[in-house]
Order: sequence, then structure tokens, then C-alpha cells
Amino acid sequence: MADKLVHLIITRQDTPDSTPYKEEFKVPYRPNMNVISALMEIQRNPVNAQGQKTKPVIWESNCLEEVCGACSMVINGKPRQACSALVDKLEQPIRIEPMSTFPVQRDLSVDRSRMFDALKRVKAWIPIDGTYDLGPGPRMPEVDRQWAYELSKCMTCGVCLEACPNVNEKSPFIGPFAISQVRLFNQHPTGAMNKHERLEALMGEGGIAECGNSQNCVQACPKGIPLTTSIAHMNKETNKYALKRFFFS
Amino acid sequence: MANSQEFVSRRIHSLLGLVPIGLFLLVHLVANYSATRGAEAFNSTVTFMESLPILIVLEFVFIYIPLLFHAIYGIYIAFQAKSNVGNFGYLRNHLFLWQRISGIITLIFVAWHVWQTRIQIAMGTEFNYDLMASILSNPAMVVFYVIGVLAAVFHFSNGIWSFLVHWGITVGPRSQRLASYFTLVIFVVVSFIGIRAITAFIQ
Ligand code: SF4
Ligand code: FES
Repeated sequence: MADKLVHLIITRQDTPDSTPYKEEFKVPYRPNMNVISALMEIQRNPVNAQGQKTKPVIWESNCLEEVCGACSMVINGKPRQACSALVDKLEQPIRIEPMSTFPVQRDLSVDRSRMFDALKRVKAWIPIDGTYDLGPGPRMPEVDRQWAYELSKCMTCGVCLEACPNVNEKSPFIGPFAISQVRLFNQHPTGAMNKHERLEALMGEGGIAECGNSQNCVQACPKGIPLTTSIAHMNKETNKYALKRFFFS
Repeated sequence: MANSQEFVSRRIHSLLGLVPIGLFLLVHLVANYSATRGAEAFNSTVTFMESLPILIVLEFVFIYIPLLFHAIYGIYIAFQAKSNVGNFGYLRNHLFLWQRISGIITLIFVAWHVWQTRIQIAMGTEFNYDLMASILSNPAMVVFYVIGVLAAVFHFSNGIWSFLVHWGITVGPRSQRLASYFTLVIFVVVSFIGIRAITAFIQ
């Protein structure tokens, strides 16, 4: 048991502009390992499968319990979180690549700025600032709170963008997650006061119209967020809003 | 308002696919089906169609212009996607890819079909059962027509499914699954009508 090894094939890239290359590693196996702990082994002892000394592999992670979204990478062809990818459940050799939708910074670390820009574009927050205390807002019905909570689990991990055939360099699509976030904030009783601003944003460039219903996002989302339900719901809302705007203003 | 141009174009694209284009497809295939009752019946359907008032205006408003818009904008949509059925082999993802492939096949087929029929008529050929029978006396043409009709009907049926989502009619997974069964039935029934009509011209 002691000399059992985990075989990894990692797609690496030294700088944002350099050409990616593959490097193989064999790290000592431990029970209940996940991909992060395998990467930590490489960090501890940066020697590749050929026995040559190499640069340690760079990746991002924080929570180590699939709630922050920082450690997303493509593992055996599927985008997912490295911290919840258990080595025992993966076919070996384990192929690890950075998500291709985002610019690579180095090795497995990617720049997810476009997601944060998308959240800013759709105003995925609730404005409560004022010059005086506005007092408590209206209460949210419990039935709505229950499903809204599910939507609030989004951790901006990028998996739904990686899975979507319409998120690519030829298209400006902001991605499924942002549409679901509009549904979340428009449902909130205080957030609903700025509903139209978010709807306008969804109707803008790269907005909801870019969705082509491949429905990969809902299959891929690690948090089980009903993304396609959110999208269809926001389709209805944006259509209603567009017609109202066209005929009554 | 100006920045929602894309949004509006997509919605128009979706709407036109159903009305009038999809509706026209149904009328067209059902009209063809009259050939199963013999040359006589088909020719009288043709005469009836040709007797419609302001036919050329109807053709432009309800067929050519919507079809051109749907086709050109559709090509743009099709080539914007980066298909990934290899890593994500889910049914809907395959249908997503096939919606784009069938759209392109349908476009090629329709262009050819319009040239063989409508343009020939405009240039003086008389349209009747015999014209179609002579086109379909070539087995390669039969194969081409069958593929063309299947592509068009698939694009139409699966397009209804997307239409229902784009217009917020089927929102949750259950209604979307029901819509899948419903559009599957449409595909089977309309394909049968379309292909049966083709075989009626083979002597
Ligand atoms: S919706 Fe799901 S897959 Fe998409 S970013 Fe949020 S958590 Fe990740
Ligand atoms: S480290 Fe936070 S999701 Fe993996």
C-alpha cells in the first residue's frame, strides 16, 4: 500500500501568453485524497514522473469544501472543483487542465474577472445605501425564500460558463449564472425595487438572448442550481418587460 | 433601447420560425400529401394554391422575407456556438448541435428546391404532378429530398421546444420534459406526412 502512486497529467502554462504543455506526475497515494492534496504533494516535492526537478504547479483554492468556487479546473474532461474531486473516484491517469473559457494566469490558475464584470453589469446586489436610515425592508415570503436560497448558493465558480457551448471567444454571452442571479435579486422584496435595471442589462449585449438551450449548465453546476429554470423564467420576464416598454412608454 | 437590438432580433428569429415559416411548412407538406390520392388530386391542390388572390404578395410577406431573415440570422447563431458534445454528451446538448446542423441542411435543401420548382415556374415551366415525378425519378434526388424534409421537420419540431423556452411558456423541468415528448410526436407525425408525400411521386 505504501508505494501506491497517483498518476496525474497536468496541462501547464508558465505565463499568460506562453504555450501550454503537458507534464506528468506520480505522487504517493494516501486514503481519501482529493485533487488538491495531490497537487500539494507536487508542491512539497516538485519532481515530475521522469524524476526531473520542475516548477511546482500553481492552482487556486480557499475553502476546501466546495463553497468558494476558486479551485475550478477541468478534471478528466469535466469542469469541477478540485477540492471535492476525490482521487478514489477518478479514473487514472487523472487529466487536469485549466478551464478554457478563462484566460490562464499560470498553470491551473485562471482569471475569472469576466464573471465579476457580468455581476456588475446585471447589478447583482441590493442597493440599500441612503443618506438616512431607511428602516427595515419588506419581508420575504417563506416559500420564496426557500427557492431563492438555492439560487444564492452560486459561488461564481465558472463551471457553467465552461460547460456552455455559447460562451466562447466568438460570443459576448455573460453566462448562465448571471441570469440566475438576476432572478435571485429581482425576487428579493427590496431588490425588486430596481428590477427594471437588471432586466435592461439582461436585454443588452451578451445578455439572455445568447442562450441556445443546450442545458449543459444545469447538468454541470456543482451546487445544483436550477439554471435552466431561472433562464426560462427570466425569458418570460424580459419578454414581458420588452413588450411593456414598447407599447406603454 | 438601441442596445437591446440583439435581444429583439433573437426573439423575432424565434417567432418567425414558428409563424409564419413553421406554419407554411405544415401547409406545404399537407398539400403535398394530396399526391397520395393520385396525380389528379395533387394537380387540383396546385390549381387551388395558384388561384389564391395576390399570391406573389403573400409569398413575399409570409414566406420569402421571414425565411431569409431566419436563415441569415440563423447562420450567424449557428457559427457562434462552439459545440462540446464530446465532453458533455447530454441529450439536450446533442439536440442543440443538431438544431444548428439541421438548419444548415434545410437551408441548402430549400435553396435547391426553390430553384427546381418556384424559379422554374417563374421562368415559364408549368407546375404539376409530372414535374415533381420527373425530379424524383432520380434516386439521388429522392435521397436528397428525404434528408431535406427530415432536416426541416426536425428543425421545426425542436424549434418549437426552444420557442416554448424562449417565450417563457415552459419554465420548469417538468413542463420542458413534456414539451420534449410533445415535439417528438410532432417530429414523427410530420416526417411521416412529408416522406409519404415524396414517395407518392415515385412511379
Ligand atoms: S451557477 Fe453553478 S456552475 Fe455556475 S458559477 Fe454558480 S455555482 Fe458555478
Ligand atoms: S477550494 Fe473552495 S470550492 Fe474548492
